[in-house]
Amino acid sequence: MPIATADISDAYHILTSADGAMGIQLMGRIDHRRAAQLIKTLKREIASHPPAKVTVDLNRITYFDDFGVLVLAEIRKFLKERQIPFSLIQPPPRPGEVLALFNFDDPATCALPERPPKGNPIIRLGEGLLHQLYHLRYLVSFLGSAAICLLHVMLHPKKLRWNDTVNLIQKTGVDAVPIVGLISFLLGLIMAFVSSLQLEQFGAGIYVASLVALAMVSELGPIMTAIVVAGRSGSAFAAEIGTMRISDEIDALFTMGISPTLFLVVPRIVAAVVVVPMLTLFADLFAIFGGLVISVSVLDLTISTYISQTIKALDLFEFSWGLMKSLVFAALIAWIGCLRGFQVRGGASEVGNAATSAVVSGIFLIILFDSIFAVIRSYW
Amino acid sequence: MTEDRKALIEVRDLTACYGDDIVLKDVQMEVYPNEILAIIGGSGCGKTTLLRHLVGIQQPAAGSITIDGNDITNHDDGTFDTALKKIGILFQGGALFGSMTIAENVALPIREYTDLEPDAISDLVQMKLCSVDLGGYGEHLPSELSGGMVKRAALARALALNPEILFLDEPTAGLDPVISAEIEELILRINHSMGTTMVIITHSLNIIFKVAHRVIMLDKSAKGIVAQGDPNQLKRQNPNPVVRQFFHRQAGLDKRRSWQP
Repeated sequence: MPIATADISDAYHILTSADGAMGIQLMGRIDHRRAAQLIKTLKREIASHPPAKVTVDLNRITYFDDFGVLVLAEIRKFLKERQIPFSLIQPPPRPGEVLALFNFDDPATCALPERPPKGNPIIRLGEGLLHQLYHLRYLVSFLGSAAICLLHVMLHPKKLRWNDTVNLIQKTGVDAVPIVGLISFLLGLIMAFVSSLQLEQFGAGIYVASLVALAMVSELGPIMTAIVVAGRSGSAFAAEIGTMRISDEIDALFTMGISPTLFLVVPRIVAAVVVVPMLTLFADLFAIFGGLVISVSVLDLTISTYISQTIKALDLFEFSWGLMKSLVFAALIAWIGCLRGFQVRGGASEVGNAATSAVVSGIFLIILFDSIFAVIRSYW
Repeated sequence: MTEDRKALIEVRDLTACYGDDIVLKDVQMEVYPNEILAIIGGSGCGKTTLLRHLVGIQQPAAGSITIDGNDITNHDDGTFDTALKKIGILFQGGALFGSMTIAENVALPIREYTDLEPDAISDLVQMKLCSVDLGGYGEHLPSELSGGMVKRAALARALALNPEILFLDEPTAGLDPVISAEIEELILRINHSMGTTMVIITHSLNIIFKVAHRVIMLDKSAKGIVAQGDPNQLKRQNPNPVVRQFFHRQAGLDKRRSWQP
């Protein structure tokens, strides 16, 4: 929005008397359009001919508000720095009222309060550490209450909110099938294409099938699916629960004697744990199909050789290992999404931060646990 | 007396609806310079809808609204911007930006529409916050303040550029009597010292009798204005039962007939 420069030539009049006193008469409307210009001009006038004292007259003003008070306050401050006395001729009633409303005569009542000292670095380090410890404590207690509620639901399946769970299964799982399918199909395509360039040189084109199948089923399938779900659903969980948090809905649940964890967290974890392995299975199939398309079109393999090589490369252990990993990833994504939602304090921007943090920490946990699984498997 | 003056806001044949549901029908009203007008009526009678039309957030289904000669219903961005510069709004929930401190909230319009130095802006913001008794809270976030403080901070933001017309949606709802009285006092002082025209939407009889110069009462079944005039006169001699009930705090007629303590 452009700021129009106001014409202020008719807003003030300066009288200089022989003894060096300066009289400033303000006139007309003094409002937000003219205040900035007026402050600059008057300061310039005062600086160019430093007077012995300054008197301001408000008697010819037609409109006066706190921008006018600001003009006077700024001039007074400017004069004080130069140790020039400032005085105001008894103002007419309305400007007088405005001056009183904004404590012009007694600026001390309105001064900014002293800021508490920030403390030395050691104190601040300690405070930061305590803050982190508090977070860690919350994290552990949240993990505990989620575990207890899950156990409770296993013992009393009627306590689970089945309607919510089915809805969440649809949102987290069914709605994600197209994107998961597309991404893994393209991933299979790329893997097959890149590896075919190398393997063909050794006449080992047939092993493209094994490579795609093994890589996808044991590593990339679970990870890719989990990352997509973290981006789609982990952030959604955090945003939804965070919004409920700031609008006191969670407190409402609590006061009704309903455990927020049981009501909100358990259905999400259950839904994720049910659908993410299934999505992973879809991802594996689509990637293998992608590999098949490349092998048949580029490598001149037949469909049946590709499929039989794929089946030869895989065994039940590989499949269940991959699915077991995706099960753990699912629980982690849902858990961290809900945790970030519950940690929201404050306003709308915090909800956005929670959603971002849910995705970032979700992906971090996925990679962390995947490397833990890799270590376990290599020492098995 | 006020009728001789030129109206600052003129509403002609305003019809407002949500889908097929007509909320207001053929409403005619004026707001005169320097007056404090209260718009009252039971819940769901279209007070907030009327306000949203007056400030151009919603466009009317039919009719026109002019603010100081600028028709805000003719879909012309130029006149609409001119009209917007004349108004300030205090929203019911405050509508402070949660990611900014109170001082930044108040400074936002000042920074946008004037070229004051940053130091002068922070002095001005401090003055404005102090005038609503929030001198020490500039660095707080809206979520760290109580409901009454949020309302006062929102009032300071609505007054940032000292608009000619100030719309206040339920300025004292949910506040304790002391703070309500302070806000009423503040409204009167601002109106008196700066001549700000105010349109207040309220349920509170206190505001109506203490602050308002004139009252417009809306009713749900009439889909429009059922009474207007001086609040004391309305209370004493209006024949309309809806108006009498409102001013005398009586329960609905049907409910009274069925149960008597």
